[in-house]
Formats: sequence, structure tokens, C-alpha cells
Amino acid sequence: MATDTVRRAARERANASGPAPAGRKRSPYPSWFYLPAAIVYAVLFLVPTVTSFYFSLTRWSIFDSQFIGFDNYVTFFREPALVSGLWHTVVYAVVTSGLKVVLGLGLAVLLTSQIVGRGYLRSVVFFPVLVSTIGVGLTFTILLDPEEGLINESLALIGIQGPGWLTDPSYALMSVALVDVWKGVGLATLIYIAGIVSIPQEYFEAARVDGATAWQNFVKIVLPLARPATFTVILLSLIGGLRSFDLIWAMTRGGPGFTSDVIASVIYKQYQAGFYGLSTAGNVVLFLLVTAIIFPLSRYLNSKEVDL
Amino acid sequence: MTAAVTTRRKPRGNIALSVVAILLSVVVFLVPFAFILLTAVKSRQEASRLDFSWPTQFQFVQNFVDVVQARDYMLIIAFINSTILTVASVAILVVLSAMVAFVLQRRRTRWTGLINFLVLSGLIIPPAVVPTIWVLQRLGLFRTMPGLILIEVAFGLSFCILLFRAFIATIPRELDEAAVIDGAGPLRLFFRVILPLLRSVIITVVVVQSVTVFNDFVNPLYFLPGDQNATVQLTLYNFSSAYSTQYNLLFMDILLITVPPLIMFLFFNKRIVAGMTAGAVKG
Repeated sequence: MATDTVRRAARERANASGPAPAGRKRSPYPSWFYLPAAIVYAVLFLVPTVTSFYFSLTRWSIFDSQFIGFDNYVTFFREPALVSGLWHTVVYAVVTSGLKVVLGLGLAVLLTSQIVGRGYLRSVVFFPVLVSTIGVGLTFTILLDPEEGLINESLALIGIQGPGWLTDPSYALMSVALVDVWKGVGLATLIYIAGIVSIPQEYFEAARVDGATAWQNFVKIVLPLARPATFTVILLSLIGGLRSFDLIWAMTRGGPGFTSDVIASVIYKQYQAGFYGLSTAGNVVLFLLVTAIIFPLSRYLNSKEVDL
Repeated sequence: MTAAVTTRRKPRGNIALSVVAILLSVVVFLVPFAFILLTAVKSRQEASRLDFSWPTQFQFVQNFVDVVQARDYMLIIAFINSTILTVASVAILVVLSAMVAFVLQRRRTRWTGLINFLVLSGLIIPPAVVPTIWVLQRLGLFRTMPGLILIEVAFGLSFCILLFRAFIATIPRELDEAAVIDGAGPLRLFFRVILPLLRSVIITVVVVQSVTVFNDFVNPLYFLPGDQNATVQLTLYNFSSAYSTQYNLLFMDILLITVPPLIMFLFFNKRIVAGMTAGAVKG
């Protein structure tokens, strides 16, 4: 009905300003609107993605490639340093996204409660998201310095001998992951805040009538109804964590040894060394890893979506 | 946005909680930034001690000039390069992705499913690096600014299309019909009627993508290597090896690179939040 009114109004306007030009019977939503974006996307994203499967099977110097079957993959999976990169990638992604879910949810509950300085807290938690990853990486490399770094000096004041965060092979990957959480938790918090705020107030009022405690509120209302936010946080941080490169590269370059190497840094190292085929094989492995984790997970999470 | 979840609480406990939260936030989030700021204005000897202390002498101007002049004003060139990269790629991104989102939202065909799948894939799949270099090389765009701009466009399309599509869904179709009856062709309809209505989401896209592209390190590293054309993130990274003994200059560089996102944050906080939480609440 509304359509008719608008149409009539439009017709009248058209009549007033003279006859409309001979209308071609074509859709106002032409397919060629896709074209410019499609060309850029196809040429610079789809073509490389598809051809990567072929090039990963070759010895490759950019200019000519020689088919060598699965040799690159054999090399990749025989080299312990490269296999451990695969494992580190999964650990890094799971740890960062797990911590972002827990801390993000906690912070969001705190920052949606009646608390003094809420605006300040929200800003301060979120700002690192916008700061250059390289800048954050370099800053924390210095703060985490084993002897002179601020963090270990502060720990020494209260009598704790801090470890060599980035120089000790058993801590390096986790230290970088913690910095990643420091930088990224603001985004998770924001997403949770948006999710919590969208929960209708009636639920909380009903719960109050029933005499629910704060903890019951959290477990029975916030947790289930903020589920879409949880899914978004998990997916976003897993996608980011699996392909993360710049923070690791700025802080440890995969070291000490290969103890904080992830697939993305392996790809870069092999590329730098001129092993283009091997580097591309790494890319295909990352592709398979990401699709094997993300696509089933997003399907599963979407199927569990609840309606408010 | 400010709706409180737990409205009835004892004010006492709240104040204690607030104090703890604020103190923690200072230690965890403000101290690193204060450290950057303090080290950036220290003298070389003082900075090299890596202390969290008040500088005995302030060398802000001196350090600033030193960093800017380093390696033949490379930082200035890098800032110009980063600005060109950010402005050009974001401008192209906005127009191209809004066009796609418009048609994608308005018209259902048998291709719609495929296109949606491709858009989602763009968000999820990590780009294949060396094959992309190969394609760029074939096109004569490797190690060029236009090449890098197109790369940023290609990798940013998915996110922008999703944001635009969600917003366009809220614009009534009747508006299109009225415009069409008034004799507007698709181009006029899109650029004169739809695009102006997208103002608020365009601001969101522009701000979020600008920060993303400006902070991007990986793509310039692969597709625009070398000192000549470096973007700010690359210069910062190169500085870190060149200035391993001059921490004051290194941190001055970090400080300068943090300023543009800070400005964006101060002016567009709401828009950034809107863009980044778009996926959180479905429907």
C-alpha cells in the first residue's frame, strides 16, 4: 500500500516535470555493478588462491615453474621446524581466542554494570585495537626484556624472578600470544558489550522479581543470550589468530630457534629464501587448516543460534 | 548503549570495584603508552636504560627533528606514501563495495548464493602470497603503489560489502521505485539516491578501513618492498633494526605512527564501535 502511495506521488512529480525519458525495460539493479569489484577480487584474490594449489606442486622461480609433484609437501612435513610451526599456529589461535572470550566477556559485564569511570575504561580497553601492531610489538619487546625490561624489574621489586619472556624457548610463543590478547581484547569486549546491551531489560526485571543473584543473572541470562557475540568473538579471533604474522614477526621473528614460528612466518621465511614453491605449499597448508577449522565451526555455531 | 545490566547494586561495593578496575586499567593499559611517551622525549643515554622514569631533560623537539631527518627524510616520504595508499584504497573500496552490496541486497538471482559465498570466503581465507606476487608481476604492478592499492581493495572488499549490505537492507525499496519512475537510470539511482543515504555507514567504513590500511604491515612487506617506497609501518620496522641503540628515536617513531589512529579514535569513536561490532548482534 505504501508502495502505491509513493508510486502515485512519483508519477505526479514526473508529470509535473515533463514526461519521463523513454523507459527501457531494464532492471535498476544491473549486474555490471558487480563488475569492477569482481575484476579486482578475481584477479588479485581468486586467481592467486586457485593457482596456489598448482604452484605448490612445483619448483618455482616466479618466471618459470617445474612440476615436482608433492615434493614440497614432503619437505614441509619432514622438516620438524615447519611441522612445529603448524602446531604453534593452532596453539596460538586457540589460546588467544580462548583468552579473548573469557576476558572480553568479563570486561564487558564489568563495563555494562554501574561503575564509575565506565567511559574512560571502555576507551582505554579499546584503544590498543587501533594502534599499529608493529608499534605494540616493538614496545612490548622492550618491556619484556629479561634484564632491563619494565615488567621483570617490577616483578623483581616484589621478589619474583621473571623469566626471559621472549628469549626462553618455552615462553616465547605464549608471551607473544599474551601481547596479542592485550591488543585484541578491546574488540572482543566491544562485541560483548553490544551483545549484552541488546538483551531486553525484561529478563533482568523478571529475574529480580524472582530474587536471582548476580551470578545467576550472569549464568542464566547473559551467557545464553550473548551467545551470538561469543560466536562472533570466537570466529573473528580464530581467523585472526590462525593467520597472525606481524606481531610475531615484530617480537621474535619466530625465534628463539623455531619455537615461536607459525605457518605465516614460515611462509615469509621460505619466500625470503627464494623457495617460492615451498612457501606456496605453506600457504596451501594454511588455507586447508583455516577452512578445516572455520567453515565447520561457523556452520555448527550458526545452527546453535538462539532467537531472542 | 549505556543501558545498565545490573541496576541494583550496593554503591559501596561498586566504588571499591571501580577503584580496582581503574587502577588495573592504568597499570595494564596506560603504563605501556606512558612508557612510549616518556622514552620518546628522553635523551639517548637515558632512554637506553629502558626505565619507566620521568626524563631529567625533555628532548621532544630534538628527537622529533632527528627522527624526521633520519635517512633523508624517509619518515616524511613514508607518511606521504601511507596517506596516498590509505586515501586511494579506501575511496575505491567505498564505491566498489557499495555498488556490489546494493545490487546484492536488492536483487536475488541464482548467482546471489555464489556471491555471498565468495564474500564470506574473502573474510576467512588467507591470501596466497607468492601467487599474488606472480599475478602482480604479470600485470606489471609488483612493487608499485597502484598494485598495493588494488591489493588493499581486493582484501578489504568482503568486510565493506557486508557492512554496506546490512545497512542498505534498511533503506526502503519504494525509494528506488520512485526514483526509477522519475526516470533515473541505475547510475543516477545509485549515485544520486542511494549513496547519499549511506552517509553514516560510509563514515564507519572509511574510518575502520583507514585505520586498517594505515596499520597494515604484511601487504606492504610483500607487495611494496624496499626502502624507497616504504609505508610508515615498514619504516618503523626498519628503524627497529637500525636504531637498536637509540630507543628515544625508535619510540618517537612509534609515537608519531600512533597519532593518526588516535585522532581517528578521538573524533570517530562511535563510528568505529558501530563498524567493529556490526557482526555481534544478528538481525
